[in-house]
Amino acid sequence: MSHPTPAPQVDGSPPPSHEPVLEVRGLVKHFPLTQGIVFRRQIGAVKAVDGVDFRLHRGETLGIVGESGCGKSTVARLLMNLERPTAGQVLYKGEDITRLSGRALKAVRRNIQMVFQDPYTSLNPRMTVGDIIGEPFEIHPEVAPKGDRARRVRELLDVVGLSPEYINRYPHQFSGGQRQRIGIARGLALNPEIIICDEPVSALDVSVQAQVINLMERLQAEFGLAYLFIAHDLSVVRHISDRVAVMYLGRVVELGDDREIYEHATHPYTQALLSAVPVPDPAARADRDRIILTGDVPSPAAVPSGCRFRTRCFKARDRCAREEPLLTVPEPFRDRSTPAGHPSACLFAAERGTGEGNGASST
Amino acid sequence: MPEPSSAQNPGEAVGNAGAGGTMDLAATEAETLVPGRGGEPDPGDRPRSLWSDAWHDLRRNPVFVISALIIVFLVVIAIWPQSIASGNPLACDINKSQDGPAPGHPFGYDTQGCDVYTRTVHGARASITVGVCATAGAALLGGLLGALAGFFGGWWDALLSRISDVFFGIPIILGGLVFLSVVTSTTVWPVVGFIVLLGWPQIARIARGSVLTAKQNDYVLAARALGAGSTRILLRHILPNAVAPVIVVATIALGTYISLEATLSFLGVGLRPPTVSWGIDISSASTQIRDAPHMLLWPAGALSVTVLAFIMLGDAVRDALDPKLR
Amino acid sequence: MSTLLEVTDLHVEFRTRDGIAKAVDGVSYAVQAGQTLAVLGESGSGKSVTAQAVMGILDSPPGRITAGRIAFHGQDLLTMPERERRAVRGARMAMIFQDALSALNPVLSVGHQLAEMFTTHRGTSRKDARAKAVELMDRVRIPAARQRAGDFPHQFSGGMRQRVMIAMAIALEPELVIADEPTTALDVTVQAQVMDLLAELQREMDMGLILITHDLGVVADVADHIAVMYAGRIVETAPVHRIYAAPAHPYTKGLLESIPRLDRKGRELYAIKGLPPSPHHVPPGCAFNPRCPLARDRCRTEQPPLYEVAAGRTSACHYWHECLHGTRDSGTPEGAGR
Repeated sequence: MSHPTPAPQVDGSPPPSHEPVLEVRGLVKHFPLTQGIVFRRQIGAVKAVDGVDFRLHRGETLGIVGESGCGKSTVARLLMNLERPTAGQVLYKGEDITRLSGRALKAVRRNIQMVFQDPYTSLNPRMTVGDIIGEPFEIHPEVAPKGDRARRVRELLDVVGLSPEYINRYPHQFSGGQRQRIGIARGLALNPEIIICDEPVSALDVSVQAQVINLMERLQAEFGLAYLFIAHDLSVVRHISDRVAVMYLGRVVELGDDREIYEHATHPYTQALLSAVPVPDPAARADRDRIILTGDVPSPAAVPSGCRFRTRCFKARDRCAREEPLLTVPEPFRDRSTPAGHPSACLFAAERGTGEGNGASST
Repeated sequence: MPEPSSAQNPGEAVGNAGAGGTMDLAATEAETLVPGRGGEPDPGDRPRSLWSDAWHDLRRNPVFVISALIIVFLVVIAIWPQSIASGNPLACDINKSQDGPAPGHPFGYDTQGCDVYTRTVHGARASITVGVCATAGAALLGGLLGALAGFFGGWWDALLSRISDVFFGIPIILGGLVFLSVVTSTTVWPVVGFIVLLGWPQIARIARGSVLTAKQNDYVLAARALGAGSTRILLRHILPNAVAPVIVVATIALGTYISLEATLSFLGVGLRPPTVSWGIDISSASTQIRDAPHMLLWPAGALSVTVLAFIMLGDAVRDALDPKLR
Repeated sequence: MSTLLEVTDLHVEFRTRDGIAKAVDGVSYAVQAGQTLAVLGESGSGKSVTAQAVMGILDSPPGRITAGRIAFHGQDLLTMPERERRAVRGARMAMIFQDALSALNPVLSVGHQLAEMFTTHRGTSRKDARAKAVELMDRVRIPAARQRAGDFPHQFSGGMRQRVMIAMAIALEPELVIADEPTTALDVTVQAQVMDLLAELQREMDMGLILITHDLGVVADVADHIAVMYAGRIVETAPVHRIYAAPAHPYTKGLLESIPRLDRKGRELYAIKGLPPSPHHVPPGCAFNPRCPLARDRCRTEQPPLYEVAAGRTSACHYWHECLHGTRDSGTPEGAGR
């Protein structure tokens, strides 16, 4: 059981097949820090992504949560091949797409699409909605014959719940939620298998957020899409995800299905993150058991030795500075069948309240 | 789209939704969507591009209307000066030197005895020609180089930035005195060439900056993610979004180029007689300012109004195109 | 418990090129000393504009207060001469902004900016003011305060900058602090730190706090009282524990239902249909009627007043009893609009 076993399914969602459509192995992205104008020399590196592994199965939603600077957006760009990784592989159906270029890359792009965070900058303000949604067909003319494109665009508008009459309007004539629908329609145009969603609802108002989440879930069921859903809002991620990866400073620190992560987290960072989420229930205020972390996230240009979380961790001991914990199922849970038995990169992994992690400063 | 007047139904859902679950069904996807419902500014009944919105604003801006009218008038008299000043600007009568206004000669005469009115009207051609040609040249050259530098970056950008720094470093008047004093042509082209040479880096910087800004937008990433090539990204996504600041700066530059031409002509290295130019007239009038101020007043006034009109136009266009107001 | 601030029937208009926008349209609320009032609303609901009007920092033009009264300790701030008002602002009421980086002056050191609060308002000597600045930074738990006082805003992390903002706000021990989305730009773990700090300072200093936010979770954590705003009006006010258990306005109810929660996993979220109205085109009658599942003819013509629902609770819904009790007069059975 040392491998991330596919998640047992929770209520009602169709079981995703076990075949991974996307596999990420040892993904690393360092941005060099240079000094000097004429003679540049490297004085360090921002380790935005520093060794990430995961799999995404067909029809599944993998959530990635983490705070700003944890590298989750860089992961999205690497998967989209918008940046070249420093090391590691991104396998789409077994083929490493980071080494592709030209025609082969273009072909793969049809299958992996993206929805962006900011509905205001992700649509070209000088193009009509029809041109924006139709652009994928212009770039990949083999997908739809020319005469058929207008019809396809109307269909897509209809699919994301916008009136097909809006085909000639410009993006600034729409609200944030409607623009996000347009962005989703563009992502769907080429019938991709995977959609990478980088904070797709973070910029939206609460009441509109629910509309877009519902739409995305409906589209997933309808088209069998696999989502990589990146967000900082833990409740949204929990709602939509089958499995969740928690990232901290360029690494995945814990990975599991939603029950394993949200109810049986064994990594202290995940526990702190979950306890910090405000719960919309004032009755729970009194018996909240919050872990207030001290300090800030270290700079990704100066990653602490050993465990990256140790500088803010309430469990940190000497060993944490020397030894780098790996993302595996922790020793104590390996032979037992328990929801705590999922990969967690902590030397002292334990569920909260089991006594093993003393010193948790609860408030 | 069911009207909410059918609210008798969805109302039920709320009614017993105490437990929290029953309301899930109350709003279907289709209902959520129709824009304009709920009063959000309806996307309008017609497509409005940013350009048409800008035009809509401009027409209502008095600054734009006034400056545009002045400019249209100037262009007309530059092309057909005879239409309002039928005399020959070079036909002078030395006996009337520095005479004041007379019937048919409302602006009086200059030192050479030429009609100031005719010369002022005919002077528009030189100024407008220099202004328009120099701006077109500088905008094309600067815009192209700046856009390429911004788009491709790297050594190409570094090289271009250094070259434009060199041109920025040339003091414009000194450069004009040195460069143009060796030229003997009496046409406008050496002056135009000189202004383009010194003017393009300014426009290149603006173009580079706005291309860099446009490049950072997510829609460029989105196009790349779709597999679009460099040409498509540059032509479809970046240039249309980067061109507005260049237009604004070019319009304002047009005004300053006209005054630069006058300055150079004043110093004797710009346009030369027999070309009729405001700068030349200002130059020759400046020595007689105490005795015959009217000789200076009219060409200098025409120059100021022209420069102001272009600068005001540029301002109005900038206000209309400013994406922050949208 | 004394009433610290009482806003009565406040109207704020904005003149824009699309016409006049009624950003705030008859808002009334009160804050007691030592209490937290949460003003909840989505973007464009007028919650921040109201706060700016209270602080007297409304951008005007284009903004204009057309009617209303803002009483601070019973004294109307709107009729007060500007000089007196300035003495209130900063010293007796202070504001914390969402974006600390742009709210702090980038060219002055943090210590200097904090010290300035004392030199300008209290006439403290520079040396003493400096010492007080360091003390304040300690108080908001900025580590190594003495060393960091000379640092500039951009040298601090987001969370630390927000602490500096809080330090500035509480410098003169104000009686009222208005926090406009103080943690929206922060990560959850840092948000928890900052909210904790705010709550603790409030307890220590017995401040009144107006917390402006769109986050129902944050509200539940810290607020005593809540006012929900929609399209420039208050649609519901209540003690915080009541509103989550049983909202009395369909908008509040919709918001609460649309939050992803444990028991809703795998199901479609409730989504309030449609979009919030633009302040230029607020629908007649109840502003929420085009999106409301309870709406009927009366809602489209008659603007609901704030009905008293229970002691200390109001709702601007003609049919609040249906919303609250889940009953209705003319019962037709079943009919979720699916």
